[in-house]
Formats: sequence, C-alpha cells, structure tokens
Amino acid sequence: MNFKNLFLVLGLLLAMSCKTPTDVYKIEGKNININDSLPTITSIENFIKPYRENINKDLDSVLAYSVDTYSKADGYLNTAIGNLMADVIYDEADPIFFKRTGEHIDFVLMNHGGIRSIISKGPISKRTAFELMPFENSIVVSKLPGANVKELLDYLARAKRAHPISKLKIVLDKDGQVIESLVHEIPIDFNKTYYVATNDYLINGGDGMDFFKDSEEIFVLDYKIRNALIDYFMKTDTINPVADDRFIQLKE
Amino acid sequence: MKRREFIQQTTAATALVGLGGFGLQSFSSSLKKITILHTNDVHSHIDPFGPQDGRNPNQGGVARRASLIEGIRAENPNTLLLDAGDIFQGTPYFNYYGGELEFKLMSMLKYDAATIGNHDFDNGLEGLYAQLPHAKFDFISANYDFSNTIMDTHTKPYKVFVKNGIKIGVFGLGIQLEGLVDKNMYKETVYLDPVEIAQDMSRILKENEKCDLIICLSHLGYNYRNNTDKPSDLSLAAATKDIDLIIGGHTHTFLKKPTIVKNSMGQNVLVNQVGCFGINLGKIDFYFDSAKNKTSEGVSILV
Repeated sequence: MNFKNLFLVLGLLLAMSCKTPTDVYKIEGKNININDSLPTITSIENFIKPYRENINKDLDSVLAYSVDTYSKADGYLNTAIGNLMADVIYDEADPIFFKRTGEHIDFVLMNHGGIRSIISKGPISKRTAFELMPFENSIVVSKLPGANVKELLDYLARAKRAHPISKLKIVLDKDGQVIESLVHEIPIDFNKTYYVATNDYLINGGDGMDFFKDSEEIFVLDYKIRNALIDYFMKTDTINPVADDRFIQLKE
Repeated sequence: MKRREFIQQTTAATALVGLGGFGLQSFSSSLKKITILHTNDVHSHIDPFGPQDGRNPNQGGVARRASLIEGIRAENPNTLLLDAGDIFQGTPYFNYYGGELEFKLMSMLKYDAATIGNHDFDNGLEGLYAQLPHAKFDFISANYDFSNTIMDTHTKPYKVFVKNGIKIGVFGLGIQLEGLVDKNMYKETVYLDPVEIAQDMSRILKENEKCDLIICLSHLGYNYRNNTDKPSDLSLAAATKDIDLIIGGHTHTFLKKPTIVKNSMGQNVLVNQVGCFGINLGKIDFYFDSAKNKTSEGVSILV
C-alpha cells in the first residue's frame, strides 16, 4: 500500500466517523384520519376550555328573535333573507358613509353566494351573524358611472339570481329585459354617477361583476359585513323580513 | 436519491479491517428512520367537528391530534412536525383571539416550522406580527420578501434540522398574493417566482448545507388543471431537482396517499397534502442506510 492510498483510507475514516451513511433506501407515506377513536390530551383540552367558554358565552347571548326560518333558496329574484342583509347594509353603512363624505349611498348590491347559512326561527345571536357571514368581507362604496350601472342591471338580468339589493328596483319583462329600474323610487339616469355599496370581494371583480372595475372612486368603510349584522341585531327586537317587488320578472 | 458518494475500493475496505474496529461502528448501526408529520389549512379548527356535522362528523380536533403525534413521537423521537400554512381563519377562535390560541397550541404540540398561507395575512401583516410571540416555532418562507415590512427578520427562507445525525433542510414557498389578498393586508411583501426560488433553495440545501433530505413546505396549491401556468406542487416537483418531499396546502386537497412525481432529473419526488381543518395528519417515514444496502432499483416507496 502506498502513501496515497493510506491518506485516502484515513480521509475516509475521518469522514465516516463524523458522518454516518445517509442514503434513503425506503420511504413510507400515509395520511392518518383524526377522529373520535383517538384519545384527547387532557392538558390541551383544559388549555382550550376557557377560550371556548368565553367565546360561546359571547356568541350565544341572544340579540334578537326571528319569527321564521329564512333561506336564500326561498324565492326567485329576491328573497327575504337577501333583502334583510342588503337593507341592513344600507341602514348601517349609510350614516357612516354620509358622515365621511357628505354623500348618501344610492343603492346596495351584494352577492347571493355571500349568504352562507340560513337564519333559523327563534333566538338570534352573534353566532347567527358568524354563520351568515363567516368571512371577513367588508363594506366598500363605489362611485359608479351610469354606463356601468347599466352593465350592473344587465348583469343582474342575465344572472336571474337573487343577488341581494337594497334601494334598487328592477323589473324584467317576460323575455328577461330590464324595462324599469329605479333608485330610491326614482328612474335611473344613466348619465349620472351613483354611490353603490357592495363588498370588497365583488369590487375586485368577484362573481364576474366586472362593471365595478370602472369605479371612479372606491371608499373603504373599514366595516365588516358581519359587524354590520351584529350591530343591527343588537338594536332590533324581532326580525320579520319578506320577499317583495324590488326585483321581479313580469309573466306577460 | 443518493446523498453521498462513497469510494468503494477494495484497498480501502481491506485497510479498514487492518486498522481494527475503529470506525466500524458507523457501519453496523447505520439504520435510521426520520418521520415527517404534517398538517395544512387547519384554519383555526381547534375543536373537532360535532356528531351532527354534515360533512366531517366527529373528525379533527387539536387535543386528538396531540395524542396521535405524541404516540408517533414515542415510537420515533426523530420526528419533525410541519404545517403548510393557512393556520388562521375559519372559526370564531380566530375572530376573537386573532390566532393567539392557534399558535399557542401549535407550540404545545411542538411544531418545528410552518410556512405562511394567504389567510395568515387576514389580519394584515400587523395581525400576524402581533401573534408571533405566541409561536415557539419558526416561520419559513423563501419567496416572500418581507424586507420592507414589519415582518422583516421574523421569517427564514429555510431551516436545517439535524435528527439522529441526518440533516433535513426545509424551505417554504407561498402563493402569489396579488388578486388573492387585499394589498392593505400584505403591503410591501414581494412575491418571488417559486420555481426559481425552489431551485436556489435546493441547491443551497444540497451543496452548501449538505442536507440528506430536502423538504419544501408549500402553500402554492396541489394542481391547477385549467391553469397550467400557475405554479403548483405538481408542476414545481416536475420542474426542479433534489427535493425529496413537497408538503402542500391551499387547495384543500384530500389525498388518499402521497403522489409520486418525476423531477427534472427523472427522480422521484413525493407530493403530499392532507385536505384541511385538521382532519388528517400526513406521515412520511424516510429510512436511511449505508449506500451498499440500496436496492438495485433505487429507493422503494410504499404509499
């Protein structure tokens, strides 16, 4: 054995004594379901408990009563629950918007998909608001040119879906064309701009509501939809919303 | 997946025997096992789903996950526990406490690292920053540049863990924030191309850090069939090299078992994701041995 080989061996020994062989020869992978067959760790459970109790106490304190059960599936172009939500947004957001800008909200447009649960008959709590609106979406107001308001109406006429609206009235003929459109009971002037309250999801083109991209100005109210609902429930004794004539289609 | 080249010369082997027992220990006791446990998109689901739940009755729950993890760790202490983001948002626990309880519980469960999901920005950078004192684990993100934000220096691009002498490099990747998260929430966070960053990271972890195992903790999403240009775990796996495992999130994909993908060098990469809400725990075991024990077909993967 020459010196060159000896150095090689010593080098290898050094390398191996501080570094063990590290080749993967087998991999096993699986995904394990977590369910009630597993025991719970008591210390973890006890740690969570005060947080849970505090939340539940707050969530389940009764704020108002609902005279019936309301679902977004109950109705064609407008529903009791959707009308309630859009009206609440108008009622709660307009004073804030007026205070900040000196202008009033002309009308409200939300999305049907944004109603995430039913309202059950009986007591209404904060939990109801969390179920209706689990997301953190906030109210924004768009200063929308009349031409885009026209697009908005066409969108609603095409969608034939009970997207919640407030202070806006739309009548479709039997072929689905818009034949009447009013804001605060006054016919829409497509040469005017309108202040439209909506949410931060739709203003960014959510649900294909592209007409909002031409907003002349966007006002962020920093007011979550859920909080608007909670504020409304807190000052309301009984809710009894109805489907009405704000968005209808004529049969003849 | 060979990590180290060993010169297997007859002369060297003979010389070893001639020199006595010195150094032989490292050969005889070389079988090692590293367990990687992972969750993603837990979304503040601390309590299990109730028995009446329409979709996931009696599933999930942090206190149960804790016992499962405790059992696995008792079996193999050489275990890493990782989360692929979207820890926040989904139950009132987040709305009331802003993520405090989520981080405290993950610390109690001894999570080793987490990456940042889009919903972890839901209370803004300030909201995430405010909860950091409750997290006793690292946030790992290589493609979000937080330099001009309050989160600067509070995340690491990667972290190297050493378990039983095995070096495990973990790097994090996040999804494009523009169009997904309100700009007011992520502010000056800069999103960098995840594929380029993954190539840099795997090179650094392999060549500089000499890692034996390279894991990517990703919140990119599993796969986008209708938008193949959008980076996903499957496309990332195919476009890169030297990554052994991609732990994914974002798309809430309930994989029955990890997916095996060929990387740019034709080698196998495992991609796994466990849906959401703490319903499943992913478990990947890597068995290490000396090079000579490798089967002729290479690594055997049992999924």
